[in-house]
Amino acid sequence: MKSKRAPVKQPISKSIIRVDSRAKLRGEAQYVSDWEFENMLYARTFRSTKAKAKILSIEIPDIPEGYFIVDKNDVPGVNRMRTVVSDHPLFAEDNVQYIGQPILLVVGPDREGIDSIYSQIKPEYQEETPLLTLEEAEKHSKVFTDYNYKKEDPEKAFANAHRIIEDSFSTGYQEHVYLEPQGIAAEFKDDTLFVYGSMQCPFYVEGALMDAMDMPKEKIRVVQTVTGGAFGGKEEFPSLNGCHVAIAAKKTGHPVSMIYDRDEDILCSTKRHPSKVRFKAALDENDDLVGLDIDVLLNAGAYNGLSPVVLQRAIFSATNVYHIKNLNVRGRNYMTNVLPSGAYRGFGAPQTIFAIEMLFYNIAKKLGVDPLEYKMRHLLKQADSTCTGGCVREEVKMPEIIEKIVKSSDYYNKLKNNKKYQGIGISLFLHGCGFTGKGESVINGKIELIKNKDIVTFKVSSVEMGQGAETVLRKIVAETLEIPIEKVIYETVDTGKVPDSGPTVASRTTMIVGGLLQKTAMQMKERWDDLENLELTNNYKQPKYLSWDDENFRGDCYPVHSWGANVAEVEIDPVTYELTVKKLHAVFDVGVPIDERALIGQMEGGVVQGVGWATIEVMGSDLGRLKQANLTDYKIPTSMDVPEIDCDFVLNPYEFGPFGAKCAGELSFVGSPPAVAAAVAHAMGKAINHLPITPEVLMEMDNED
Amino acid sequence: MKIDFTLNNKEISIDVDANRRLLDLLRDDFGMKSVKEGCGEGECGACVVLVNGRSMNSCMLPAGAIIGKSVVTLEGFKHTERYKAIESGFLKAGSVQCGFCTPGFVISTESLLNENPHPTDDEIKEALSGNLCRCTGYNMIVKGVRLAIEMGEGLW
Repeated sequence: MKSKRAPVKQPISKSIIRVDSRAKLRGEAQYVSDWEFENMLYARTFRSTKAKAKILSIEIPDIPEGYFIVDKNDVPGVNRMRTVVSDHPLFAEDNVQYIGQPILLVVGPDREGIDSIYSQIKPEYQEETPLLTLEEAEKHSKVFTDYNYKKEDPEKAFANAHRIIEDSFSTGYQEHVYLEPQGIAAEFKDDTLFVYGSMQCPFYVEGALMDAMDMPKEKIRVVQTVTGGAFGGKEEFPSLNGCHVAIAAKKTGHPVSMIYDRDEDILCSTKRHPSKVRFKAALDENDDLVGLDIDVLLNAGAYNGLSPVVLQRAIFSATNVYHIKNLNVRGRNYMTNVLPSGAYRGFGAPQTIFAIEMLFYNIAKKLGVDPLEYKMRHLLKQADSTCTGGCVREEVKMPEIIEKIVKSSDYYNKLKNNKKYQGIGISLFLHGCGFTGKGESVINGKIELIKNKDIVTFKVSSVEMGQGAETVLRKIVAETLEIPIEKVIYETVDTGKVPDSGPTVASRTTMIVGGLLQKTAMQMKERWDDLENLELTNNYKQPKYLSWDDENFRGDCYPVHSWGANVAEVEIDPVTYELTVKKLHAVFDVGVPIDERALIGQMEGGVVQGVGWATIEVMGSDLGRLKQANLTDYKIPTSMDVPEIDCDFVLNPYEFGPFGAKCAGELSFVGSPPAVAAAVAHAMGKAINHLPITPEVLMEMDNED
Repeated sequence: MKIDFTLNNKEISIDVDANRRLLDLLRDDFGMKSVKEGCGEGECGACVVLVNGRSMNSCMLPAGAIIGKSVVTLEGFKHTERYKAIESGFLKAGSVQCGFCTPGFVISTESLLNENPHPTDDEIKEALSGNLCRCTGYNMIVKGVRLAIEMGEGLW
């Protein structure tokens, strides 16, 4: 745990004690499951046990007084969850499309009473043939979304190719395992609806409630409660369970709380999209990669939801840190009768970045050249065009990042070690900061900054969910105004009190919302001594240099990127094939760290989540039912599984970020899976084209010879 | 059935179903909300409490199993010098992110140091391996325990 790293020499990077940590340590932080309301009822969701079926009838037992059934007939507004594609019914209508799909709620004052009613509900189904896998869905062309973009002249590149190499990669599900399961509660006070819960995007929930409840926004207050981790899992999902409790509160006239237990949470909440990525690579006479045909397939599950935007990030990240002259990129979301996939840290990018990193590795091996050297021959540089023909405007510090990590990990010396079952691997990666394409101008994020004598309150809809937003945003305001952080108040995120500064997603909180706060704080500073009270608001404006054509996917899909490299060292047990990650090295360019310790904590956590996805986090489905439906079967890394992590930064201030900061949260995740895969490939002398890398896979691989 | 035990050093005598989960008893009947339910199957450690000084998953313990025993939750433990040392260590190391697992880690740290006041890093990792954290990647928690040991020298 000793770091050789020198601390970042920027005043803003100096670490402070996180403002939310004391209450959490003392067990005093109030998560939604700790909230109690007078005359509160509990709710439990009755779910489909069939992957695809018509609902012929539902037999409901006699309901004792005080208990209620809430279903599709109780929805005051539209029976669909509002999101990018509003196709998910709040409650099933005449059919079910996946195991776990909500059909109705049983609501009442006592959990045992609810369970008793629940066990007597008998739906009669007429089963239909489900589509269960990505392969089946592709065979049957069940496509939700089909995107395509081109760059230059891929046909010509392939026609003139000296060599053409084909390869394909796949990845599995991943469950978020935020430690606090999904939880939400609703009550009416007079005619105003209050929804309280664990969530990333209170204004998404508000929008969903407006549709479901047929109520104006003025009558809806969505209040975020202390959120025990999210990682994307509480991005769109609370719009569904939020509508459920609101409808139940309206029908029953009582406050209603619905806290999932872990098994239910795993069974029905969204997952990272399983993927398949196929490449055809055109190499010229120097063996340089000059053309790529990329085909990205995601398993969206039974409803499309926000999968189209996940697919966009997947296809815009598919060339990673490389400059490929000619491109033909296709991306498809497939419908299957399995629970819907959704947002998860990295948002489609980890799948394609793993794929292209291993493509480069495999090609280099085929050519007999060093994989890192081959990758470096293709690195993007400043002023190069991006995959969508935008411009890389920032200085690309990848050479410095690589030099640093190669040295600190002693990469090349360890690479010479040809001992079987020991390996070292490197990954290079980037992450596009903020929303994809025009996203930020659509959201048009707004913030408020209020001075009352020497106290400054800021109002934003960005939530603290463990990532440190509260501390970082307070710090940005305090440092800009040159006042103590204790004088800065972060207003409770309540849609009735704060403006919509956008959802807490896409690694946008520090750079976009923090940037807007800094700009506003600078305006406040100019008038600081003149006025006792001052209220300022600002809307986010995209930097003028950005241009994006949403129809043809041309231009700058992101305003700027964060960059990084990871090195993993692994060992494989020759008898059990158990894979151990012995050491991880990480170097990141996130612009300028806002609070170094908070950032390292976030980065280490992301790196470890990535290792989990790449190794032990196995989740499969059998006939539409998840095979790993609890934490006994679905393993995430424990303290025993985690290696020493060396985390370092390269400074590269971004003009439009607060104190030079860019994005960080998702960047932390994308690098470790391909680094581990490359290390395993080195250890085994075999290509790694699939994640997770399980002992079974390694054993089979070893026995192939 | 009638159950006598001590909760945060207070003597308690209650009539309760012996099969009731200790977790529910503590949260619902005694308002001990620091005890968190993360999985309900003994895998995550968010609900650990000290039973006669050792950390145990309260979701796996029936109320009948605590007869005559001392149960300590963070509501009681937070008033001790040992807690203050752990708090200082965790604050300084950045051991807390979303916080849902945190009470469990504090309790498991106390349980470890109670038995072994000078553990190695490997012993710390082993002692905390029943507590899951999805935010930190654990290294900063292990560092928090190290700092707690330094700052609380002589308390264990």
